[in-house]
Amino acid sequence: MAKTYPDDHTIWQLAVAHGLQPCPVIFEPVPASVLYEHAAYLIPGRMAHWSFGKQYQLLKTRYDYGLGKLYEMVVNTNPAYAFLLASNSSLENTLIRCHVMGHVDFFQANQAFSHTPKNMIDVVGHHADRIRRYEFQYGKNVVEYFLDNVLAIEEHVDWDRPARHVDRPVAIVQTTPEKPIRPGYEDLSPATRAPSKSSPSRPLPHPTFDLLGFLMTASDGLEDWQRDIIGMVREEMRYLWPQLRTKIMNEGWATYWHLRLMREISLADDDWVDFARMHASVVAPQEFQVNPYALGSRIFESIWQKGGDEALFLAREVEEDTSFLRNHLSPELVQAMHLFVAGREDQEIFVQTVDGRAVRDLLVHDLIHGGIPLISVDDGDFHHRGELLLRHHHDGSALDIRYAEEALRHVYRLWGRPVHLDTVVAERRVRLSCDQDEVTKATL
Amino acid sequence: MLPFVPDWSLQQKGPFDQRRHQAKVKEALSRQLGDLITEENIIRSQRGQTIKVPIRSLQQFKFRFDPWPSQRVGQSQAVPRVGDRLGRLPENARASDQGERASEIPGVDYVETELTFEDVEEMLFRELGLPYLENKPIARVVQPEWIFKDIARRGLMGNLDKRRSLRANILRHAREGHPGLGRWMPQDLRFKTWVPEEVPEQNAVVVAMRDISGSMGDFKKKMARLFAFWMLGFLKSQYQQVEVVFLVHHTQAREVSEQEFFELGESGGTKVSSVYELCEEVLGERYPHAYWNIYPIHFSDGDNWSDADNRRTLESIQRILTVANVLGYAEIREGGYSSTLMSQFSKLIHPRFKIVTISRSQDLYLALKTFFPRQEEGATDG
Repeated sequence: MAKTYPDDHTIWQLAVAHGLQPCPVIFEPVPASVLYEHAAYLIPGRMAHWSFGKQYQLLKTRYDYGLGKLYEMVVNTNPAYAFLLASNSSLENTLIRCHVMGHVDFFQANQAFSHTPKNMIDVVGHHADRIRRYEFQYGKNVVEYFLDNVLAIEEHVDWDRPARHVDRPVAIVQTTPEKPIRPGYEDLSPATRAPSKSSPSRPLPHPTFDLLGFLMTASDGLEDWQRDIIGMVREEMRYLWPQLRTKIMNEGWATYWHLRLMREISLADDDWVDFARMHASVVAPQEFQVNPYALGSRIFESIWQKGGDEALFLAREVEEDTSFLRNHLSPELVQAMHLFVAGREDQEIFVQTVDGRAVRDLLVHDLIHGGIPLISVDDGDFHHRGELLLRHHHDGSALDIRYAEEALRHVYRLWGRPVHLDTVVAERRVRLSCDQDEVTKATL
Repeated sequence: MLPFVPDWSLQQKGPFDQRRHQAKVKEALSRQLGDLITEENIIRSQRGQTIKVPIRSLQQFKFRFDPWPSQRVGQSQAVPRVGDRLGRLPENARASDQGERASEIPGVDYVETELTFEDVEEMLFRELGLPYLENKPIARVVQPEWIFKDIARRGLMGNLDKRRSLRANILRHAREGHPGLGRWMPQDLRFKTWVPEEVPEQNAVVVAMRDISGSMGDFKKKMARLFAFWMLGFLKSQYQQVEVVFLVHHTQAREVSEQEFFELGESGGTKVSSVYELCEEVLGERYPHAYWNIYPIHFSDGDNWSDADNRRTLESIQRILTVANVLGYAEIREGGYSSTLMSQFSKLIHPRFKIVTISRSQDLYLALKTFFPRQEEGATDG
C-alpha cells in the first residue's frame, strides 16, 4: 500500500490548530544547486557579488561531498517562501514542512522581526537591478570594488532603533542618466542636482552604532550612486539582523514544533523509526560548539513543562537569544544537556567547569550583539581635520587585530581621510589608525 | 492540467558569482607569483602533483572577535567532568597564537587553492619572453614546415579538395551543354598538395655564468639556482632552438655540464673577468652572432678581488654587448652594501645591459621579468 503524507495545507492547518500564527507559505521543491544558492545569498534574487559566489561554492561543495546538508531555506516574507530539496523523501519533506511552520510563525510573532519588511524579495530584486545599472554605467570592477568595502562593514547598521530612518538619495537612479529631464530645468530635478560633495563632516552630538548610515550621509567624497549602494546594503542588513539575534531561538522553535506537529501525524511504523533518526541527527551534539537546534528546542520544552502553552508563546514573542538564555537556561538544563565550559592549557583543550551559571554566562556573553564586535562612530571631525574616530565597546573579548586592521582599510576607502579605532588589547587601550594604506597601532 | 514545472537550470546566479570568485582567486595567485616561484615545495613537487596554496587576498576582512577565544561552551555525549581532555587546538589556531604565522593562516577564513606545478609554470611563462629576438638568416638545423598551398590533378584521396572538385565537375558539364552536377570523371578531381617551406629560425644561445667562489652563501646559491631553474624551464618550453652553455668561475672560469652548474660549490677568491673572457671565447668559436641570438647572464655577489679586474670585466662586457641581444647581471646579496663590481656596472648605461639586485627571495620574480620581459607581438619581428 502506498504511504500517504499530509499536504502543505493540512500541515498549515495543523500548525494553526496548535496556536501558531504562520502567514501563508509557498513551498518550492528545488534542486540542490538552487537551494544552496538561496542559502548563500540569504535572500533570493539578491545583488551579485563574488563573496556570495564564494559562500555558494563552499556550501555546494560540502553538499556534493556529503559533508553537510541543508534541508530547507525559509524567507521571512509574507507570503513566506520555503525552499525544499526536491530530492528529499516525502517523509523528510513532511518533517521539514512542520519545521518551516515553526520558522514562519517565529518571523511573524517574535518582537525582533516587527520592523522587517515583508516584501524583501522584491526589495532586493530592485537593489540588484540598480547595482546592475551602476555596473553598466560606472564599470563592473568599480562597483565591485566599492561593494567589497561596504560589505566588509555590513553588520554595523544599528539594528536597535528600527524607527530611525536615514534619508538617502534614491531618486538619482534614472533610466537614461545622461539625459536631463527637461533642458533648462536641471537644477530643479533632484537627480541632476550637484551631489553634496561640499558638505562638511560634522562632529556628532551622540555616538552612533550606525556606521554605514553615518558614512552614507557624512562621507564627503562619495558619489550619489555610492551612497545609494551603502543604503541598499544597510537596508538588507537591517532586515537580516533579527535573524542574527535569534538564531538559537529560531532554530529551537522550529525544531520544537516539528517534533510536536509530527506526533500529531499518523505514520507507518518504519517511518517513525526514520523520523526518530532524522530528528536525532538534527539535535546531535557538535564538537566545540553548541548545536542551536538542540539547545533552543530543549529550552522551549522546559518552558512548556513549567508554564504550558502560555509561557511558551510568551517566550517566543518577547525574547531574543541573549535574554532567552539568561531567563530560561537553568543549571538543571545545563547539566541535563552535558554542557560545559572548555578552556585551554598549552595547546590542549580541557573541560574547565560544568557550573550552570558559568556556562550560561559565557553563552550569553558570546551572543551579545550577535557575536559581532560592537563599534560606534564617536567623532566625524576628529583632530578637527575631518578624521573618523571609531570605538570598539570592549566587553572582555578581544578583536582579531589583523582583521581589524584590514577592515579599517575598507573604512578608510569609504571615508577618504584618516580613520581610527579604539579598542583594548591585553588590558591596554590601543588605537589603530589608518591613513592611505598605512595602519599604525598606538597605546593610549 | 499539467502542473507547472519551473526550469531551475536557468537559475545560474550562484554559479556565475562563483566563477567571478574563482577568477579573482586566479588574479590573486598571479599577484603572488613572486612568492610562488621561490616556494620550495613547488619546485620539489613532481609534475602532475598538486600542492595547496593559501590565498590571502580573498579573505573578507571584517571587524570580528578572535576566532579562538580562551574559553568556549561545548557539549558532549557523555556527562562532562572537570579536567576531561577534549583534544588539541587545531593547527591554525595555534599558529595565530604565536602571531608570526597569523598573517598567513588566520584561522577559519582562508581559502586554500590547489595548484599544480604546471599552473605556476604557465602563469609565469605567460609573463616572460626573449627580448630583442631576431630572425637569423641561416639556421643551423633547417626546420621545414609543410604547408598546403597548391592544387594538383593527382594526389592522395585523403587530400581530396571536395569544393574544387565539385566546381570542376560543374564547369565541365556546363561546357558540354548540361548545366548542373553530372557524372564524375577522373579529370574532375582536385587534390590539395603541399610544398616545403623554410621558416626563418630564431636560434638562441644562453650563456649561464655562475660565481661559485667561497663568498657565495646558502641564500645566494639558492637564488642563483632558482633563477636558473625557472630560466631553463622557460627557455626549453617556449623555444625549440635554444642552447645553453654553463660556465662557472672563482678565480678561473670553466665550462661545466648542467648538473655540475647546479651542484658545484667551491671556495676561493673571485676574478669576474675570467668568466666574461671565457664567454667571449665560447661565443666567438661556437656561436657567431650572425647566426645566433645571444643571451649571457651572470650571477654573482659582486665580491670581485680587485678594482683592476672590475675594469677588465667592464671592457669585456662592452665587447660582448656588440654581439649580445641582452646581457644580464644579477647580483645576489644579503646585506645592504653595494659591491664594487655593481658600482662599476652601474656606470655602464646600455639598453641591452640589464642589472638586477636580488636581496630577498621576492626579488627573483622581478629579476626574471627584467631579463626576460614579454614583448608585444610584432616588436620581436622588427
